[in-house]
Amino acid sequence: MSVDTSKVATSNRTNAATASKPGPAGSLATWADDRLGLATAMKKNLRKVFPDHWSFMLGEIALWSFVVLLLTGVFLTLWFNPSMGHITYEGSYDQLRGIGMSESMASTVHISFDVRGGLLMRQMHHWAAAIFIASMMVHLLRVAFTGAYRKPRELNWVIGCVLLLLGTLEGFTGYSLPDDLLSGTGVRAADGFLKATPVVGAYMSFFLFGGEFPGESIIPRLYIIHVLLIPGILLALIAAHMLLLVYHKHTQWPGPGRTEQNVVGFPMLPVYAAKAGGFFFMVFGVIALMGGLMSINPVWKFGPYDPTKVTAGSQPDWYMGWPDGLLRIIPSHWESVIFGYTISWNVMLPILIVPPLMLVVLILLPFLEGWITGDKRDHHLLQRPRNAPTRTAVMVALMTFYGLAWAAGGNDIIAIKLHLSINQITYFMRVAIFLGPVLAFWITRRWCISLQRHDNEKLLHGYETGIITRSPEGQYSERHLPISATSAYTLTARDRDEVLALPSETDSAGVTAPNSRSERLRARLSSWMYSNNVQKPTRAELEEAHHHAEHEAELQAGLDHPADGHQFDDHRLRDADDVPLRDH
Amino acid sequence: MRLLNRTAGRLSRHRRGPLAGLAVLLLGLLISGSLYTAFAPAQAQSQASETEKIAQGKELFLASCAFCHGKNGEGIPTVRPGYQIGPPLVGTGAAAVDFQVGTGRMPMAAPGQQAPRKAVAFSDDEVDALAAYVASLGPGPAIPNESDYSIEGLSEEERQEAISRGGQIFLTNCTACHNFNGAGGAMPRGGYAPTLHGVEGKYIYEALLTGPQQMPTFSNGNLSPDEKRDVIAYLGSLEDAPEVAGFTLGGYGPVGEGLFVWVLGIGGLVGAAVWIASHTTRTTKSKVES
Repeated sequence: MSVDTSKVATSNRTNAATASKPGPAGSLATWADDRLGLATAMKKNLRKVFPDHWSFMLGEIALWSFVVLLLTGVFLTLWFNPSMGHITYEGSYDQLRGIGMSESMASTVHISFDVRGGLLMRQMHHWAAAIFIASMMVHLLRVAFTGAYRKPRELNWVIGCVLLLLGTLEGFTGYSLPDDLLSGTGVRAADGFLKATPVVGAYMSFFLFGGEFPGESIIPRLYIIHVLLIPGILLALIAAHMLLLVYHKHTQWPGPGRTEQNVVGFPMLPVYAAKAGGFFFMVFGVIALMGGLMSINPVWKFGPYDPTKVTAGSQPDWYMGWPDGLLRIIPSHWESVIFGYTISWNVMLPILIVPPLMLVVLILLPFLEGWITGDKRDHHLLQRPRNAPTRTAVMVALMTFYGLAWAAGGNDIIAIKLHLSINQITYFMRVAIFLGPVLAFWITRRWCISLQRHDNEKLLHGYETGIITRSPEGQYSERHLPISATSAYTLTARDRDEVLALPSETDSAGVTAPNSRSERLRARLSSWMYSNNVQKPTRAELEEAHHHAEHEAELQAGLDHPADGHQFDDHRLRDADDVPLRDH
Repeated sequence: MRLLNRTAGRLSRHRRGPLAGLAVLLLGLLISGSLYTAFAPAQAQSQASETEKIAQGKELFLASCAFCHGKNGEGIPTVRPGYQIGPPLVGTGAAAVDFQVGTGRMPMAAPGQQAPRKAVAFSDDEVDALAAYVASLGPGPAIPNESDYSIEGLSEEERQEAISRGGQIFLTNCTACHNFNGAGGAMPRGGYAPTLHGVEGKYIYEALLTGPQQMPTFSNGNLSPDEKRDVIAYLGSLEDAPEVAGFTLGGYGPVGEGLFVWVLGIGGLVGAAVWIASHTTRTTKSKVES
C-alpha cells in the first residue's frame, strides 16, 4: 500500500522527508502555538469523542439559548434604565403618552418603540429565557430517565439542579424589571410570600424592598441581581458543568463495542464542532423567528404598575406557574392563629415549603438510589427507562405532580378556552394533585415491566414476523424469527438487579446489630424498587430457547421469507431474488 | 343620427306645448315628494307611531321573553329565595334591551351560568320595538347616540388625550375581568367576562351603563359619559393600531406564551436535534455503497 505524501512532505525514499512550507493557516497556527502552547491542549480535545444521539443534544439547547440571552441582554442594558424615578412618558407609543410611570417602564417602552431593533431584542431575550429553562428541564428529564446521574455524575446532577433554580430566579428577576402592571403584580405576590414567613417575614420584606412595598429600591436591586450576580454564578456553574462533562466523558447507549471503558462516537473536530456550531445557529434562528413573529410580554398594553390595578390572566412566566397553581388550589382558609399571630399555611405550603422540598428531592435522587443499591461502580452506559421501572415511575409521578400544579396555574385560561367552571377545575385539581402521581407511578411501573417482558420475549422467542401459518389441523400461529446478534447484545447489555436481603435484627448472640434499622429500611426500599423487575434471561434459558427455535425452524423450513401471495399460482416474480425477512 | 335629431326635434316641439308647464310642475312635485319620503328624518313618522311600536314590542315580548321575564316584565321568581328564572325588567331601560337582544344574548338558548353572545334573533326594527316596550315599563337608560361613544368630532389633540386617559380608566376598572388586551377572563362557576375584540362602541357603552350579567354598573356618576367614551376610544385604538410585536397568541398573557415555548420552541428544537443526530457521518460500509 502506498500513501501519497507529496502534498505534505517531499521524499525521494532515501533521504529523510522534509515538511513542505506551511500554508497561511498553518503559519498562523504555528505562531499561536509558539506563544500559547495550544497544540498540547488542542491535540487531545480536538480529538475528544462524543457519542451520537439526539437526546444528548438537549442540554445544548440550554447552552445556546444562554448565549442568545447574553447577546440580547447586553443589547438591552445599553438603553434600559433601572430606576423607579417617576417621569412622564413622551415617546412614540400613543396610548401611553402623557402617562406618569417609572423610568424603568418608560425605558422599556422606549426600547420597544424607539430603539431600532429594540422590540426584536426584547422579545428574543424573553423567548430565549423561556426556552433556556424549558430546555434545562427537558435535559434533566433525559438524564434522570436514562440513569445518567449515577456515579460518577452525581455532583454534576447537583450543579444542574442548582442551574435550574438559578435560571428560574434569573427569569423572575428579569421579568420584574420593566415595572409594568403584570410584573408588578408578580413582585407584589413575592412580597406577600416573604411576609408569609413566620416571625421574620415582615423583616425580610422590608429588607428586600428597602422599606414598605414597593419603595424605590426594588428595581435597581433586582437589576444588579439580574445582570451581574446570577449571570456570573450561572456562567461559572455552566463552565463547571461542562468541564465535568469533559472529565467524566459522555455517557453512551449500550451496544456492540460499547463498554464502560470506552466512548464510541465521532471526534470533536470536524464532526461535533460542525454539529454543535450548526445547532447554535438553529437555536438562534428559532429564537429570532419567535422574537420577530410572536408577541411576548407586551408591556405597553399592561401599562405601568399601579398597586390599585390588576389584569385578568395575571400569571407568572411558565416556569413559575406550578407554585402559582398550588397557590390557586390550596383552600384559602388554611390559616392558624398562634398567640395573636397568623400562620398562613395557604401561602407557606404552596410557595415556601413544597417548591424547595421538590428541589431537595430532585437533588437527592441519585444519592438515594446509590444508597439503596449500594452500587459503587462507575456507570457510563445508559439504562433504558424500562430497565429501571421504579426510577422511571418516580420521575413520571413527579412530572405528573408538576404538570397538574402547572395546569392549575392556568385554571382561568383553561376555564374560558374550554368553557369549564374555574371552581370545578380547582376541585378536580385538589384531588388529582394527590391521586394523579400515584396513578401515574403505578401505570408507568407496570408499563415498564411489561416492556421488559416484551424484550425477554424477543430474546427467547424472536420477533413477530407477521407471517400467520395454518397447520394441517387448522390451527393458526404467528411465526417468530430470532433477532439479530446486534439487537440481542444491546438488549442483554444490562446488569441484573440485586435485591438486598432483609438483615436480621439481632446477630447470632442475640445482640441488636448496629445500623440495623437503616439497613432494614434500605432492604425494604431495595425490594420495593427492584423485586418486581424482569431480569434478562440466563445463558441456559437463551440456549434452551434457541434450541427450541431451531427445532421449530426445521418444521417450518422454507418459510423464512415473506409470502408473496403467489405460492399457488404461476405468477411468481421470476427474476427477483427471494426477499429475506427484515433484520430486526 | 337622423333618428336622434328627430327625437330631439319632437321633444323640443312638445316643450312649447300648452300643457308643458303643468307637466313639469307635476314631475317636480313628484320627485321632491318621493325624495323627501326617502330621506326625511324618521322622527315625524316614529313619533306618530311610538304607541304602535310599543304595541309591536309587547307582542314580540309576549312571544319571546315573557316565559322567563313575566307577561308584564315583572320577572319570575323560583322557589329558591333570591333566585329568579328571569329578572324583572321594569326600569332596565332601552339600553339594556338593545345590548342584550342586539348582541344576541337574549333570548337565551338555554338556562345557564351566562348568556353567551350569539346570532341576533331579531331585526333592528324588532329590537327597537322591544326596547321601546321595555322602556315604557319604567324609566331607564336610553340607547346612546353615536356622539356619546365616538371621538369623531374631537380635535386630534383631544382624541390623543381621550385615548391615553381611556387606557388608564380601562386598566383601573376593566382589565381585572376583561384582561389587559380585552381578551376576556374567567368568572366564578363557569361565568366569564367576554372578549371586547370586535364589540361595537354602542354595546360597550350600553354594557357600562346597564351592567349586564355579572358586570357591575358604571353609572354616569361613577364613570362620566366622557370617560366611557374614552374607554371605547382606547379599545378602538388598540384594534386600529398594527400589532407591532407580531402574533398576539390570543393575548392571554404568559399562559399562551408558555404553550408556544413548549410546543413551538422546545418541540421545534428537539426536532432539530433529532434531525442533526440522524444526519451523521456514515459509519457502515453498506450505506456508502448504496
